Amino acid sequence: MTPFENPVLDAVIQEIPGLISSTESIREILLANLAMLGEVPSPSFHEERRIRLLLDRFTELGLSKTSIDEVGNGVGVIDGQGGDKNIMLVAHADTIVPETVNHTFTITPEEVIGPGVADNSLGVAVLATLPYIFEKIGYKPNNNIILVAGTKSLGRGNLEGLRFFLSNGKMPVSYGICVEGVRLGRLSHKSIGMLRGDITCRIPEQYDWSRFGSSSAILTLNEVINKINDIRLPKRPKSSVVMGSIEGGTSYNTITTYARLKFEIRSESAELTREIADRIEEITTEVTSGHSETVELDIFARREPGGIAFSHPLVRSTRKIIKSLGVEPHLAPSTSELAAFIDKGIPAVTIGITEGNRMGEDKESITIEPVYKGLAQLIATIKAIDGGACELN
Amino acid sequence: MVEEKERQGLTISLCLPTLNEETTIGKEVVLFRSELMSRYPLLDEIAVIDSGSTDKTIEIAQSFGADTYLADDILPHLEKKKGKGENLWKSIYQLKGDIIVYVDADIKNIHPRFAYGLIGPLIYRPEVKYVKGFYDRPLTLSNVTRPSGGGRVTEILTRPLFSLFFPELTAIIQPLSGEYAVRRGVLEEIAFPIGYGVETSHLLDVYGKYGMEAFAQCDLDQRIHDNKSTRDLGKMSFGILQTFLTRGKEMGILDLHKDYETIFRQFQAVKSEYDVVEHHITEDERPPMNTIPEYRKKYNLDG
Repeated sequence: MTPFENPVLDAVIQEIPGLISSTESIREILLANLAMLGEVPSPSFHEERRIRLLLDRFTELGLSKTSIDEVGNGVGVIDGQGGDKNIMLVAHADTIVPETVNHTFTITPEEVIGPGVADNSLGVAVLATLPYIFEKIGYKPNNNIILVAGTKSLGRGNLEGLRFFLSNGKMPVSYGICVEGVRLGRLSHKSIGMLRGDITCRIPEQYDWSRFGSSSAILTLNEVINKINDIRLPKRPKSSVVMGSIEGGTSYNTITTYARLKFEIRSESAELTREIADRIEEITTEVTSGHSETVELDIFARREPGGIAFSHPLVRSTRKIIKSLGVEPHLAPSTSELAAFIDKGIPAVTIGITEGNRMGEDKESITIEPVYKGLAQLIATIKAIDGGACELN
Repeated sequence: MVEEKERQGLTISLCLPTLNEETTIGKEVVLFRSELMSRYPLLDEIAVIDSGSTDKTIEIAQSFGADTYLADDILPHLEKKKGKGENLWKSIYQLKGDIIVYVDADIKNIHPRFAYGLIGPLIYRPEVKYVKGFYDRPLTLSNVTRPSGGGRVTEILTRPLFSLFFPELTAIIQPLSGEYAVRRGVLEEIAFPIGYGVETSHLLDVYGKYGMEAFAQCDLDQRIHDNKSTRDLGKMSFGILQTFLTRGKEMGILDLHKDYETIFRQFQAVKSEYDVVEHHITEDERPPMNTIPEYRKKYNLDG
């Protein structure tokens, strides 16, 4: 048998049309889970209520091992039928939406609209619904399926929940699947190098306002941004500096005493990632030395580049499954949960469930129709792993 | 609760009265069907009774599996009337449940508790006939939710009236809430104002027939919905007051020496001009359903 022949995978792909029909029939269950879970605010470091609700769902569905661990992760296990592997599905339970925002969702026949619905309430709702789907289609996996809603994942959380689970969990994880709400067709198997940080600028209270030069924290921060923009980045390995967010100031006529830039360095090269970070540190020192303002650099999250090969059976199988849905796989490196699996040397992929719009806005939305394909893709990938189609020879 | 419901052989219907509720109806149907039909079979039917929506309310409700009816198509030979009370009254004929649960269709933070919380006392306490929901009513201001305000007609009209004439009924925390569950035997015996006064009239009639023992209340936590304008609340109050006066007279508590007017006048200012706006509001009533021949026949009331 050549590496390209895979009868287990072929059999799984044959089942996909049936899986799509089965998932269509549980539409209300999934949408209800999505609305109920998604309407519970879950900003990073405050995911307790959403996790508690998820655990209730797991318990109602008869999962034998449900628990909340020391860092707040919600965990449920679908017991295998004797297999010795543990296949882990993870969806980050936190969102970027503050608790004060109205979290109510609207459901129409075409889409679900609400803050954080795509990133990543849908992922968590999929975890809550999966045991129900397995029961409905009569699927009893050979190996254990561990469902984890990871906490403290975004921003300063730096994947703390997932990293804790992978370092301390009693069930060694054999494969990982990161479930993201969007987009269907997404397939990530590599993580790029990443450094994430804040640059803050403060003006001392006894500032001499008559002094020539920059007269606000915003202007000083602007100087920093201009200098970062001037950093020459090579075409290969691919690298970039993402200016994610700036904040500062209170009104039209008040001099700004505090401003903050949130940025992320991305690169295929770990060395280059560090070089860019060194250069940004020099810039902050240089700007500070010219003024009486304080400019501080705080790097709080790091990812090392890595991942499994394009030819790894897990990637190959997932790719074929996505193609069989009539969807073109979109291969892109990830800086999210995948990195935690990569750091532990665990083969893993990130996949998306459906299409989304207005990401990050209060009216963020997901499209319902592609969800069935997205779920079929996920179940087929689990079946492929469970059936041994993703083993390295 | 489902086991006890089945042991008693009860059937339960959920009625969602609608008029242009396309933004909220989808989630209501999805949540109730998923949680209280598929997962836990507490409800035997979910029905939307519509007053003639011009938006996609009916289409959306149907697409998520609710039974949908146009109020005018139920008992079609009767004179057509428009109003939420009309939908509630006709649901008694159309729906099959021994218990009917009414939930307004404009609730943004809908949750299965809005139904099962109201049903519970009727299943476990045979003496209870009418369960009313109450909640903290936050106003929705832009995208920030704050837990105060709301229930203005309750506080400035209904509660003072009850305090004056029916002090026992002041124990009902949200007398105007649109969420309640009632036994069929009670619903078929009481008249229904077709408009704003339906909830007030229910309380007065059930209290008059069965006393306070018939009532239970359930804390539904929070209810988020769009807030009505003060002008709309004025019209609502006018209708409720009509119902109250009618019932007060029938019950011998009020002695009215003339019929009340049915035109409600409000002012609207345009620059420096003040225009009078007149609303003709009549709290028309439907008689008890058990006086309608088709109902008596359908439910075999004459043996």
